[in-house]
Amino acid sequence: MKNSKTKVIKRNSIENRLTEFFIMIAGLWQFQLQFLKQVFVPPYEIDQIRKHMDELGIKTLPIVSVTGFIIGLVITMQMHPVMVRFGAEAFLPGAVGISIVRELAPVITALIFAGRVSSGIGAELGSMRVTEQIDAMEVSAVNPFKYLVITRVFATTFILPILTVYVIFIAFVGSFIAVLLVQNMSYAYFIDKVVSSVEFGDAIPGVLKTFVFGFIVGIVGTYKGYTATNGTEGVGKAATTAVVVSSLMILIFDMVLVKVTLWLWPTV
Amino acid sequence: MAVANSIILLMNNVVEINKVSKAFGSHVVLDNVSLNVEEGENIIVFGQSGTGKSVLLKCIVRLLEPDKGDIFIEGTNVLTLRIKELNDIRKNLGFLFQGAALYDSMSVRENLEFPLVRHFTFTDAEREEKIKSVLEKVSLEEAIDKMPSELSGGMKKRIGLARSIITEPKLMLYDEPTTGLDPITSKEISSLILELQKSLKMTSIVVTHDLLCAEIIADRAIVLNEGIVQHEGTITELTTSRDPFLRNFFSHEIVEEQNRRNNV
Repeated sequence: MKNSKTKVIKRNSIENRLTEFFIMIAGLWQFQLQFLKQVFVPPYEIDQIRKHMDELGIKTLPIVSVTGFIIGLVITMQMHPVMVRFGAEAFLPGAVGISIVRELAPVITALIFAGRVSSGIGAELGSMRVTEQIDAMEVSAVNPFKYLVITRVFATTFILPILTVYVIFIAFVGSFIAVLLVQNMSYAYFIDKVVSSVEFGDAIPGVLKTFVFGFIVGIVGTYKGYTATNGTEGVGKAATTAVVVSSLMILIFDMVLVKVTLWLWPTV
Repeated sequence: MAVANSIILLMNNVVEINKVSKAFGSHVVLDNVSLNVEEGENIIVFGQSGTGKSVLLKCIVRLLEPDKGDIFIEGTNVLTLRIKELNDIRKNLGFLFQGAALYDSMSVRENLEFPLVRHFTFTDAEREEKIKSVLEKVSLEEAIDKMPSELSGGMKKRIGLARSIITEPKLMLYDEPTTGLDPITSKEISSLILELQKSLKMTSIVVTHDLLCAEIIADRAIVLNEGIVQHEGTITELTTSRDPFLRNFFSHEIVEEQNRRNNV
């Protein structure tokens, strides 16, 4: 009897979570459609977009710098013994370069960015929602969706690719230091090897997909914050779920985009 | 003749609410509520918590959509308007929220210039003059460069009020303007609301529980109960009524008011 009751409760809990999940997906889809509907309609709030880009860039620069340096350093140290085992030591800079440019820098920067920015946007807009600041904006005849959502989504979409390019360079610095630690190689030789190995078809898809990741971070963060309910509890929930959902979506979209970019820019 | 009368009626009424209903799920909050507010009138909306007072205010500005009924502001049915036309109406009204709803990320100056920058073509000097003049009205000139987090509850309410009146609206809606304030600040805010209403010739709808505030501001008051306008009259008529509900409702408020007067 007790077992069957527990099973029913568990089933209800799973059902509720699934229902919540599908409601969230539908809501997010509608929110995105609203974005597309309003994004080309003036006013464009360029100053706000610039302000958010500055803020987000400055806010995430230290953490992505450290992350980029460590990625370059660690991946080189990990790959060195493997390359030695196969007698391909000379290919180390090229192999590391391709890994960083095609996959590691875009995805890890996007995940760090999601953790830092998506939660911040979710909490900020959530707090504005529950303290009626968004209502106040609407009553004063200003479109809060354009002012708060579109500006932030634009900023995240365009700042993430810039951060990714920066992280790629920082990762190369980390990688070069790791190379110096394990074998004797000049900086000029290292750069020459990287440049000759990393092709246009490696760099472009890596950077292009970060536009999609940036959009995901912005749209999920703003959606969670803009639709927050239930007071301060809702604000906390908006911040945490924004990170979880955007990180998960980045990984799922990465999986799809790998296939698309390989089709568009074949490596072989 | 009847049509002419109704047109005259519409012209005198700044706000006309006709049989408005609003429910959240199965919970009916407003049930065929009708109310007229004349030009220059200050009307108080009383009612127990959860009786739909704030919902009524939000329906007037269409922050919430009523399920049925009509709401006219200066003769225009706001419920049928598209967003652009609705915003033209909203530019001529002010709304003071319960928690003042100041924009946290902006300074007092930025909060005040927010509606001015977007809806008017003032020069920088004119805008600065307007900001200073409105801060002078609420006696908070020194707060111009402060952030909302540096202000007390009463100061936030005053700045919220300043932001609402900076565009010189014809209609002001107040959602519990004195809630959470001490008796002295509460009286000051109420007097300020009355003073502004007279100097700017505004029409006001005030949702409050505060009898002292109502006595200072009100020309007329209504009592919402169970989704309907159950009583209407002057503050004296309502507080001295023999109706059991009103006696019960105001007995607590009168005791509170006496306590406040003793404190003040």
